Amino acid sequence: MSGTVTPPKPDINLQPAASTQLDVGESTPSFLGELVQETLALTRRLFIQLQRRPSTLIAGIIQPVMWLVLFGALFQNAPQGLFGNSQSYGQFLGAGVIVFTAFGGALNAGLPVMFDREFGFLNRLLVAPLASRYSIVLASALFIVSQSLLQAAVIVAVAAFLGAGLPDIAGIGAIALIVFLLALGVTALSLGLAFTLPGHIELIAVIFVTNLPLLFASTALAPLSFMPKWLQVVATLNPLSYAIEPIRYLYLHSNWGLSSVVMQAPWGNVTFGGALLILLGFNLVALLSIQPLLRRTLA
Amino acid sequence: MAPAVLVQNLQKRYGSVEAVKDVSFQIEPGEIFGLLGPNGAGKTTTLRILCTLSAPDAGRVEVSGISVVDNPRVARQCLGYVAQEVALDKILTGRELLQLQAALYHLPSAAAKERINQVLSLLNLEEWADIRTGNYSGGLRKRIDLAAGLLHAPDVLVLDEPTVGLDIESRFIVWNFLRQLRASGTTVLITSHYLEEIDALADQVAIIDRGLVIAAGTPTQLKDKIGGDRVTLRIREFSPIEEANKAKDLLQSLPFVQEVIINSDQGNSLNLVVAPQNDALSAIQQSMNLAGLPTFGIAQSRPSLDDVYLAATGRTLMDAELAAAGTRDPKAERKRNMK
Repeated sequence: MSGTVTPPKPDINLQPAASTQLDVGESTPSFLGELVQETLALTRRLFIQLQRRPSTLIAGIIQPVMWLVLFGALFQNAPQGLFGNSQSYGQFLGAGVIVFTAFGGALNAGLPVMFDREFGFLNRLLVAPLASRYSIVLASALFIVSQSLLQAAVIVAVAAFLGAGLPDIAGIGAIALIVFLLALGVTALSLGLAFTLPGHIELIAVIFVTNLPLLFASTALAPLSFMPKWLQVVATLNPLSYAIEPIRYLYLHSNWGLSSVVMQAPWGNVTFGGALLILLGFNLVALLSIQPLLRRTLA
Repeated sequence: MAPAVLVQNLQKRYGSVEAVKDVSFQIEPGEIFGLLGPNGAGKTTTLRILCTLSAPDAGRVEVSGISVVDNPRVARQCLGYVAQEVALDKILTGRELLQLQAALYHLPSAAAKERINQVLSLLNLEEWADIRTGNYSGGLRKRIDLAAGLLHAPDVLVLDEPTVGLDIESRFIVWNFLRQLRASGTTVLITSHYLEEIDALADQVAIIDRGLVIAAGTPTQLKDKIGGDRVTLRIREFSPIEEANKAKDLLQSLPFVQEVIINSDQGNSLNLVVAPQNDALSAIQQSMNLAGLPTFGIAQSRPSLDDVYLAATGRTLMDAELAAAGTRDPKAERKRNMK
């Protein structure tokens, strides 16, 4: 109970009686147990930071809502049917905003790690006998992915309120899966950069030149059919499109399935399942490509 | 029994800079070992290698017989590292920082809770424990950092310049704490460029300069080795140089006086190196009286570590600091310390 008095303080031992057990550990603790312990502790730190400094998250929720409201209103009077099957541009835009928000959040994942490097806090982690230093990466990924899922939930709710409709349970599950895959892959890339670039100035510069161009070179704001051929090629190489199109499809079709064609790329049709596989592949590539970068610092 | 720390022929270079040329020392369990030297001598590089933050180019580095290169995880378990710059997460409270630290060292949660309270009370931090570290003063920040380094009860606690920039009170808290720690059997490795700090705390000292160990032993041994006591003699409060020269010639003829230097910065007082003997002062005074010279003040002292440093390098620690300050590139150093 929190109400109990503190126990009488014995004369202080500098080395606790249990110190030898602390050091040696009872019957070699499991690698997995230690990995979970350190990962949870590192994740907890990020959530404490979020709780006490929530402005980033609040801004990260206000921004997409503004996108929905303002950008949605921009094309309010566009002729119906101009944006495919959608009844309004707002309905068309919802998927783009969900994905773009997850992408932007994940892109910034490396910044706290970079600041830890710069302030020397990372050294505190590196001199500790971590089971694996990848727990530092894992904790960031857990944190960013949960934040992205929360943002996506709010956007889905606001979009529903604005008249975009609400997907069924399976659809919401699919949105969560897509957001998860995209956020994980982009977080991995951002962390890779955070361990490679010399400082936060450089990292911010990279984030800056990546963020909006990738948005404009995707199907977030306009369908492929609006684009010149070369941009269509770029947009269908852009992983963001493979996250946007399936979500958009399930917003507009109640009878969606893994074999539904969600995007007509210049080289052929992309199905719902195909898009998911491509996102999965993107993740694998991202995670594998940062291995050597992480190993240089963390191994 | 393996030494607590063994460093043998350690070498490390950063590009064209030879940060550590050839450093060897050995620390027995339960000692406070002082690594003394000016800024840029290679102290921090040595500690970073010991604590597995950078890899040596050559040489053997062991903690309790465990190689930090071959077995870094086991070595990390035995080491507590308190870096020169306190890196705290200002959003966390002191207790939360320690909880994080406990998990990183895999203390079971019940033991961690107890141990956290223990180190908090050890460093008189209880009343600050639940306040965010962003609100701490410099001294408090250093103390919570020490508490964190000590949390897992390491065999060897490594402290890089623990009292730099601290107020006098915090400095004494740290000193007392280190003495208590030694009393409990923990080995302590401490770097400093404060001579009096090493003199007051350390059982063993190695003086390093430009990447080399230039002297090692107990503070007393080192001081004895350069031999002689120091005598400062002031003829008058401000003596004319002729009188100082006269006294110098006179005193140099005494059999036990090894060297006489006129210190013009101190009103032409005389600095003497004399063979240790009890009646040196009265013998000096006597011959001054016989020659009709007055004695305004006279004092005898043991040589300081600064004298040791001076004898080994031909420059005072202060001069070395000033010289080093001009040639360092703090930006490059920060960069290579950034993992």
